[in-house]
Amino acid sequence: MKKRRTLKDPRGEAALFQRRSLVGFALIVLGLVALSGRFFYLQVERHDEFVTRSENNRVKPKVIPPARGLIYDRNGVLLADNVPAFRLEVVPEQVPDMQAMLRQIGAVVPLDEDDIATFRKQLKQSRRFESVPLKMHLSEDDIARFAINRWRFPGVDVVPYLTRHYPYGELFAHVIGYVGRIDADDLKRLDPDRYQGTSHVGRSGIERSYEDALHGTPGYALVEVNADGRTQRVLETHPPTPGKNLYLSIDVRLQKAATAAFEGRPGAAVAIDPRNGQVLAMVSVPSFDPNLFVNGISGADYKALTTAPDKPLYNRALRGVYPPGSTVKPFLALGGLEYGVRRPEDTVLSTGEFCLPGQSRCYRDDTRGGDGVVNMVRAIEKSTNTYFYKLALDLGIDRLSNWMGRFGFGQKTGIDLDGELSGVLPSREWKMANSRQPWYPGETIIAGIGQGYWAVTPLQLGHALSIVAGQGVPRAPRVVMATQDNVEAPRQMLANPPTGPSLVSNPKNLDVIKQGMEAVITGGTGAKQFIGFPLVVAGKSGTAERFSRTTSAYDTNKNNAYLASRHRAWFEAYTPADDPKIAAVALLEAGAWGAQDAGPIVRKVFEAWLATQGGAPVAPAPAQTGPAPSGSAQVEDLPAQAESEAIP
Amino acid sequence: MIEALHARARRFLRRILTRPRIDLPLAAGLFLLACVGLVTLYSAGGGDLGLVGGQAARFVLGGALLLLISRIPPTVLRNWTPWLYAGSTALLVVVAILGEGRGADRWLDLKFMRFQPSELLKLTMPMMVAWYLHPRQLPPSWKDMAVVGALIAIPAVLIAKQPDLGTALLVAAAGAFALFLSGVAWWRIGLLLAAVGGMIPVGWHFMHQYQRDRVLTLLNPESDPLGNGWHIIQSQIAVGSGGVFGKGWMHGTQSRLEFLPEHTTDFIFAVFSEEFGLVGVCLLLALYAFIIGRCLWIAMEARDTYSRLLAGAIGMSFFVYVFVNGGMIAGMLPVVGVPLPFVSYGGTSAVSLLSGFGVLMSIHANRKMHD
Repeated sequence: MKKRRTLKDPRGEAALFQRRSLVGFALIVLGLVALSGRFFYLQVERHDEFVTRSENNRVKPKVIPPARGLIYDRNGVLLADNVPAFRLEVVPEQVPDMQAMLRQIGAVVPLDEDDIATFRKQLKQSRRFESVPLKMHLSEDDIARFAINRWRFPGVDVVPYLTRHYPYGELFAHVIGYVGRIDADDLKRLDPDRYQGTSHVGRSGIERSYEDALHGTPGYALVEVNADGRTQRVLETHPPTPGKNLYLSIDVRLQKAATAAFEGRPGAAVAIDPRNGQVLAMVSVPSFDPNLFVNGISGADYKALTTAPDKPLYNRALRGVYPPGSTVKPFLALGGLEYGVRRPEDTVLSTGEFCLPGQSRCYRDDTRGGDGVVNMVRAIEKSTNTYFYKLALDLGIDRLSNWMGRFGFGQKTGIDLDGELSGVLPSREWKMANSRQPWYPGETIIAGIGQGYWAVTPLQLGHALSIVAGQGVPRAPRVVMATQDNVEAPRQMLANPPTGPSLVSNPKNLDVIKQGMEAVITGGTGAKQFIGFPLVVAGKSGTAERFSRTTSAYDTNKNNAYLASRHRAWFEAYTPADDPKIAAVALLEAGAWGAQDAGPIVRKVFEAWLATQGGAPVAPAPAQTGPAPSGSAQVEDLPAQAESEAIP
Repeated sequence: MIEALHARARRFLRRILTRPRIDLPLAAGLFLLACVGLVTLYSAGGGDLGLVGGQAARFVLGGALLLLISRIPPTVLRNWTPWLYAGSTALLVVVAILGEGRGADRWLDLKFMRFQPSELLKLTMPMMVAWYLHPRQLPPSWKDMAVVGALIAIPAVLIAKQPDLGTALLVAAAGAFALFLSGVAWWRIGLLLAAVGGMIPVGWHFMHQYQRDRVLTLLNPESDPLGNGWHIIQSQIAVGSGGVFGKGWMHGTQSRLEFLPEHTTDFIFAVFSEEFGLVGVCLLLALYAFIIGRCLWIAMEARDTYSRLLAGAIGMSFFVYVFVNGGMIAGMLPVVGVPLPFVSYGGTSAVSLLSGFGVLMSIHANRKMHD
């Protein structure tokens, strides 16, 4: 190698370069000659053919947008429909004077400023030969007036399209969500080929999280156009593939009953089938009419919704976080058994107050004077705080938060809806990350009764409850139960396998908890709520405090309205107790007492569910006979956990 | 102090205007090409003078840059080269991290303007290769070739990942031409080409689906009548129906009826072919050949290795634009976003090309004096 390190030879290099440039130039000329050869082939050899094609070139492909998938409830009741409507469309290249057209057309079809602003925005983003919608949802008068004046507006036409309609309006707004006009941000994110000719996209709820399945694939037609570009004749059609239909696991009747039970009071309820994680009802009160959003909500309507004091747009089931209060006690008791910190028969003396040694501040029981000597079952039945203060201390915060984390607290449940919040599971790590302070033992005590840093969504509590009701097996809640390629096709059940092994090592531990929760209904805090209900119910109430108390004194004010302003009322229950088929949670944002105020809501959900079970026969879903049921012949027994399989 | 600077700047500007150091044949060729471009654009844009005016303004801006750069001696350029190369590559990395753009992340937003750092590489890439080879023994050894390969590959891969295959191709070609002109032995070139050929299946694996679709569509345009297949078919109809003498300026029906997509940008050559026919195409290709030939002539006259390689590489990469764009509209090559230089409507490419020709002018002005 050393030998080659000689001096550079400028003359030799220049000569070498000269040779190379000449060769390079020769190659380039060769390339250009080859290129002109190709042009010769096209322009001379095949000239006649292309002249003919160019003269006949009146054929354009025209995209046919797919119909959006429909959404049904579990029994085939239509919840989201496509209805025909008409809109005004403009092909920019065919409009001689856009400004004049926009000025004049206002006299024929009333346009507001929003319409024109949206149109101008879309005009900038589309090609000149692609049509741009100017006004959606024309009235019959609009169409008639435009038909008379159509000759004055070349390039403008009335075009039929399908628009989304939600027949149940408010009832499903927080579950199904709504679609909205595609805007500039959507255009960046969506595949332009798949969304050619589509004007709407899912904005929230199922419409958003299942957008991919609901949308479908566009087809096209080859159409002959005249010199103005207006369609003369359709030559051939390649139909679009419509979006998939979705079947929710929700039952309209349960949804209605749950909503009605709130009587307009703000709150949320979730009902889940613990055997498969299917959501049977999910409501957030108050709600709103999703149809308002489909063709662009007016400024006034939107302002009314955003400024309403009860925030109807706020999805309390998915995004509302509240202290869970006593509802966490059964889960915590199970942790005590699983970690071996408690035996079922271990007792605690409840005197009405529990004090840490060496601290002046004490923690109270709900009953003045306490509940006396209580074991685990009795402590759940009576919701004895002292028992759980001690249990939390004995577990310690690390074991407590580790155990409760396995029920899904402090994390998303994994439901098939976007936007759920994870709430707060109290732990050293969470506190250090959020307030940069160490953990204090007093905080463990109040964590034991679901107060302090705790924050859970109604969905999270429903998820945790369905784990207990479902023998400890965790499953992500599912709103969509099955899909369907088109109305005639069989339903494809969606699989929902467990997200992990059972939480309990010994089924007997679970039995203790369940016994406690049954006792709540038979003689405990929820004793008055299920009198006369034909099935055995197990449950737990929770009355969470919105503000921390300034004193440890008992409330002397027993006025309900006053208490409601300070409390969140929770109730969680499942039934039948020996073989749970439904687990429900209700939350009232302003309820005085968990059992007395939220309990009746759960009962009404259970009653509606019971009516669907044995009472009136359930209308069969279209084109769906159901599988050979494994146990009873009930519609609710559809095996959603089965692998995705076609049902003949 | 400020006075003095002011005076210096004024002297510099006056010298640019009164004694431009430009090569007249090359300048004449470029001017003619720009005129052809504006005339074609007027027709393709449907007689939109605003479009033509905007393009003309870019030519003026590019021309000013050309004059300015032509005053910078090649030795100064050579000293700046590593910094310019490193800077433009760094910008590519920045774009990769926080770039914004519709679908393809290739833009950098500078608040007052947005630009594609990949455009810079079209110039800094051949500069860097020429700078590296300048002090070395030529023809280059395997080791030097490997270094040059890495210098080419890093930015080219970054650009291809944006994804902008067209620009990546142009940038890599500019670097490869500099290496070719340095006199790499033919058998080594053969080996390299064979290796590149062997890499094609691997490259296919790393391509985006839409890029694969474009290649497949070329083989069977009817399979995709809404997307690129439509482009290819309509473009060939436009070219073929032009015949020998064309339909005449402003008489192309394909673009008039909007059958031809992107007819002011990537597919403008099809409009040109339809309206001016085979005769027009051959004359236009001849004009391109003349410009490239003149670039190589300037390169042969250049004073040192750096100038020679740089001038030659800029000239030869000009050919890639023409060939890839022409091949695309004639249905020989897949649809790649490469514009037809000085004819396609669009900002950055005209400006960056004219800057490149500024470098050529500077090399010409500092050429080797004949004995």
